[in-house]
Formats: sequence, C-alpha cells, structure tokens
Amino acid sequence: MDSEEALDRLPVAVRDLTVAYRDTPVLWDVDVSMPEGKMIAIVGPNGAGKSTLIKSILNLVPLTSGNVTIYGKTYKAQRSMVGYVPQRGSVDWDFPTTTLDVVQMGMYGKLGWIRRPGKRERDVALECLEKVGMASYANRQISQLSGGQQQRVFLARALAQDAQIYFMDEPFAGVDATTERAIVDIMRELRESGKTLVVVHHNLETVPEYFDWVILLNVRVIASGPVEEVFTREAIQKAYGGRMTFLPDSVGEPSGPLRRAESLGD
Amino acid sequence: MLDLLHDVIFDYTLRNVALGSALLGIVGGVLGSFAVLRRQGLLGDALAHTALPGICLAFMLTGLRTPLVLMAGAAITGWIGTLIIIKVVQDTRISEDSALGIVLSVFFGIGIVLLTYIQQSNNANQAGLDRYLFGQAATLVQSHVITMAVLGGAALLCVALLFKEFKLLSFDPEFAASIGFPVGKLNVLLTSLIVIAVVIGLQTVGVVLMAAMLVGPAAAARQWTNRLSVMLGLAALFGAAAGVSGAMISVTASRLPTGPMVILCMTAIVIVSLLFAPERGLVWDAVRQRSSRRRILQGGPG
Ligand SMILES: Nc1ncnc2c1ncn2[C@@H]1O[C@H](COP(=O)(O)OP(=O)(O)OP(=O)(O)O)[C@@H](O)[C@H]1O
Ligand SMILES: [Mg+2]
Repeated sequence: MDSEEALDRLPVAVRDLTVAYRDTPVLWDVDVSMPEGKMIAIVGPNGAGKSTLIKSILNLVPLTSGNVTIYGKTYKAQRSMVGYVPQRGSVDWDFPTTTLDVVQMGMYGKLGWIRRPGKRERDVALECLEKVGMASYANRQISQLSGGQQQRVFLARALAQDAQIYFMDEPFAGVDATTERAIVDIMRELRESGKTLVVVHHNLETVPEYFDWVILLNVRVIASGPVEEVFTREAIQKAYGGRMTFLPDSVGEPSGPLRRAESLGD
Repeated sequence: MLDLLHDVIFDYTLRNVALGSALLGIVGGVLGSFAVLRRQGLLGDALAHTALPGICLAFMLTGLRTPLVLMAGAAITGWIGTLIIIKVVQDTRISEDSALGIVLSVFFGIGIVLLTYIQQSNNANQAGLDRYLFGQAATLVQSHVITMAVLGGAALLCVALLFKEFKLLSFDPEFAASIGFPVGKLNVLLTSLIVIAVVIGLQTVGVVLMAAMLVGPAAAARQWTNRLSVMLGLAALFGAAAGVSGAMISVTASRLPTGPMVILCMTAIVIVSLLFAPERGLVWDAVRQRSSRRRILQGGPG
C-alpha cells in the first residue's frame, strides 16, 4: 500500500505529521491516506486541529515534523491540482470588490504574474457562478451577500480553480437547508467526475448521508476509513472525549461498538 | 483665485509646493488604501514616527541636509521599525497594537532626543531640521520635487503591475498562499512601498501627522465606491486635493506649518464623505431609517 506507485495514485498522503503553534502541539503524529474520487469528512471537536490539518496539507503552516504528498509529489509541485475553500469568516467581506471579481481570483494562480483576468476568465467565472446559482449576483458588492451566498461564492471560486482535489473548511457553516442541499449536489457532481473532496464537517448526523470516508480527529487521528466501518459511537465518544451528550441514531450498529461503549459506563 | 492659479503655474516656489504636495497626496492615497484595507493604518503611523531618528542620524553622520540623504535615513529606520513590529507579532505573544505602541514610542523618543541634541550643538547647518516634525512645504525646491516624483512614480508603477497580486494579498492572504503567491515577499514589498509613501511626505507633512495622509484619503475614498481600482483613484485625488490646498494655505496665508493645514483639509474631505457619500453616508442612513420606519408603521409588511 505504501509503495511508491501506490503513493502516486493517492490524492493525499500525510505521514507522521506533527504541527505546533509555538510550543503546544495541535496535531500529533497524524498518519492518514485519502483515497481518490471520494467525499471525505474531517470530523472532531472545536480546536481539534481540523483547519490546521488542511492548512498543513496546503503548506500554509510550518510542519514541526512529517511530510505531506499530493499524488506522490510535494504540494508545491502539485499546486495546480488543488482547490481551496477557506472558512468563510477568514476574510473581510466589506472589501471593495464584486462577486465576479472574487470568483476570478480562483484563476490568478494560472494567470501568472502581472497578467490581468480578461474575457476568458470572465466567462469561466460567470459559468462557475451559474453552477452555484449566483449568476444574477455577479456584479454585487460582496458586503451585500448573505452568509449562505458568501459560501456559494467561495465555492464558485474553488470551481474556477478547476482542480483535482478540493479542500473545504466548514462549507456548511451558517447556511440554510436549501443552500446546504445545493452545495452537496455540487460536491456530488464533482465526485462523479473523479475529483476528491476533503471537507471539514461539524454535523455528525449528516456524515453517513453525505460522505464515503471519514477522519475522526482530536489532535491525533482517532479513526480513519470508510464511514460504515469506522464511524462508530465508540470512535466518536473517543474523539469528543465523552463531552458528547447527543449522538445521532444513525451512528453505529446497536451490537458491537455501541454496546461496548455503553458497557464502559459513561 | 485666478491670481493664485497664475502664481502656481509661474511662481517657482508655489509650483514646487503644489507639485510636491500633490505627489505626496497621490502616493499616500494609493498606498494608504492598501494599508487601510489590510487594517494596518496604525502601522503607517508607527512607520512615520520611526522615521524621525533616521532623519537625525543621517544628518549627524553626514552633516548634510539634502532631502535625499535625510529620506534615506528615514526610510532605513522606518523600515527597521516596521520589520521589528512584524517580527514581534509573529514570534511573541505581544499583540499587534502593543507592539506598534512600543516601537512607535521608543523610536520617536530616541528621535526627539537626537533632535534636541542636534539643536543644542550650535551647528550652523542644523537650522530647520525640526520642520520634519510638522512639515514645511515652503522649503520644497525643484530637486526635492524631482526626487519625490521618481520615488513615487516607481512605487505607483509597482502597484499598477502587481495590482491583482496586492488585491488578493489584501483580501485573502491564505488563499493567495495556497495558489502559490509568495505572500511573505509581497508583504515586505507592499510595506516597503508604504515606507516610500511616508518618506515622500515627510518634508511637507512631517512625521507626526503623516499617517493621516495614508488613512484619510483611503477612508474617504472607500465611502464613494465598491471597487478597489476606483477607490485607489479617488484616494489619489482626495490626497492630492488636500495636499495642494493645505500647502497653499500654509505658504500663502502665513508661515504656518504645512502638516496641520493639510490634515485640516483632509479632515473636511473625510467628514463630507462619511456623511454624504451615497449608500454608505451616515446622513442617507438616517433618512432611509426614518422613511422605512414610517412606511412600516403605516403599511405593515405588505
Ligand atoms: N495561528 C495560531 N496561533 C496559535 N494557535 C493557534 C493558531 N491557529 C490555531 N491555533 C490553535 O490550534 C488549535 C487547533 O486549531 P484549529 O483551527 O485547527 O481547530 P479546528 O479543529 O479547526 O477548530 P474549529 O472547529 O473551531 O474550527 C486550537 O487550540 C487553536 O487555539
Ligand atoms: Mg476550523
């Protein structure tokens, strides 16, 4: 599995990754592989290091140790294969620019230095806005968008990146049911065309419905694998450190992992 | 009024004053816009204050009062001060505003000590160094203006070429890094350009008030538009207008220091913009609220 050839076909491989801000380790000895053409959820409590994991894969934070490969090569070499949807709150939405302009930013990497976006970029950006149902907002100032609309615009920007692997940090945060549906539909379309999606997700209830693969994280990797195999009550309890008072019914088979978790008496 | 226009074109001093202060307004407005959008207005203030010891040291080391020499000194300490702030924020738990406050006061304090020392040393050449505190546009001569134009032109050219890079850096630096922009280097470059903007303005506006020429035009321009390119243009225009009118008042009316005059003109532009700009103006806000309240009370939701 870990042979070089297999690594080449693996969208993301994280090996022995440790990340610390100043002296507190935020990720500890993380070792995960993310398979191709799947929707992969990263799940864990606040402060578990989910965003940090994505940022370390994208080379945005310095790694204390370990390494990350994208289809067998470094991130730097494979950058054009990667699309990124940051947490919506990470930017100032009062910035003086329009929706269309933000989507065009997805193509800045391919444009290279100095060249400005032209008609082709404009058309692609409009197409991406169309896909997320925001075409009529193309010339809106971004401060006039609602939270859900902002999220769609960020998604459109990632679509404009035309990537193989997409990383999305909490794309469902603060959006209503309709927008969540729309975003999930787009994600599924991407998956059907062979793309890999890595999504930080907070709603445990919808994990089995939306995702094929799950990584339970709390500084360390608690569990990682196909949802139906590893997304058990026991694993969730472990990731959330017994702080979970509510567990969805759809999680874990009544025999097996669940029983054991209960008999541990917690 | 026409007389003044005639003088500006044909009078040597007035022409230099007008050109110099227009330049400072344009460059300050454009680069100040980026500083404001990145919430670094205070950084500009710290930068301007940290330039003072550089001016004094440059004079003490060379004995010259040539603007180019003093500007170089100002740029060096301004730049060092800024890098210290960036480093401190990155590597320690000290917050940005504290770091700014500390660096600003330490450098400015040292600058004042040096300035006092120079003034007491009875060096015949020292006269007028204190004009760098509050600015004195009347002292601008043609060679200064040419120096300012070259430096400012280079800075503006950089912004024109790297417009899209600086825009993304200001809006979403993390995304910029993820698509391979050298965010650290762009950051240093943009900060260096702000150093140039400050240095250009020192003789006219002075270190104490220079930051207002970065923040003021940008804040006013933001009120009138939702596009970055238009904002940069308007900020340049407002900066130039405030610079020229302030300098003219200072030079013609009496020998008032120029800095405070320029800032007064800038303040007028900012106030008008805050109150009356369409969409964002406070006055329209109040009007809209009143009329919508009346409508709701009379008609209900339908
Ligand atoms: N720039 C930073 N400097 C110092 N500490 C940080 C920084 N960013 C994150 N941390 C810390 O690292 C830990 C993990 O943060 P991270 O943002 O990765 O968590 P998360 O799992 O995404 O949480 P959330 O669900 O709240 O988004 C937290 O304890 C946080 O306080
Ligand atoms: Mg997070």
